[in-house]
Amino acid sequence: MINVLTAVLIVAGILVLACGVIGILRLPDFYTRMHAAGKTDSLGAVLVLMGFALYSGQSLAFADLLVSLKILFIAVFIFIASPTATHAIMQTAIALGVKPWSKKEEKP
Amino acid sequence: MQSFMLAGAVAIILLIFPTLYRMIAGPSVFDRIIGGNMIGTKATILLLFIGVLFQNVSMFVDISLAYALLNFIGTLAAAKYFQHRPSGDPPAGGAEKEEART
Repeated sequence: MINVLTAVLIVAGILVLACGVIGILRLPDFYTRMHAAGKTDSLGAVLVLMGFALYSGQSLAFADLLVSLKILFIAVFIFIASPTATHAIMQTAIALGVKPWSKKEEKP
Repeated sequence: MQSFMLAGAVAIILLIFPTLYRMIAGPSVFDRIIGGNMIGTKATILLLFIGVLFQNVSMFVDISLAYALLNFIGTLAAAKYFQHRPSGDPPAGGAEKEEART
């Protein structure tokens, strides 16, 4: 039962990460690529990490529960830190005057 | 379960390569920073897959935690550096971006 739940969570996370990779390859300019990278990275990573937390905590021994708690801490940290890093890069790009892509321009 | 974890690790490695293409060929420096950030997040997950495959998760979870912290610090440092860059350094984002800036 827990193995099935783990597999579902990990496959969903890898699918979300694959969507992010397609977005970072296909979208036309820097800001839209940031839109793909920032969201999918946090959601996909948190899904996969929750799957791992379930998988390693299923024996309910103390050491395994501690490992599970550490994995959940990584998930919480990525959930906070990845949007912060995306915001910092976006702010730097705006401060340097990078222009957003508009419909009239040629796709680079 | 082991073969499933192996398949997941291979999938993560196959996802790293297109991101590496964006990191090498990306037109501006910010594309490269974002590519590096995504590769770091995927490496954090890949370390956990490796830990399950070697049946030693309690060791690899610490390495993974340290990698997540260093990835965040590195991205913030790169963003901060390009915001307050010394004027003698090479320009960020190609020639046309520099024209748009001035």
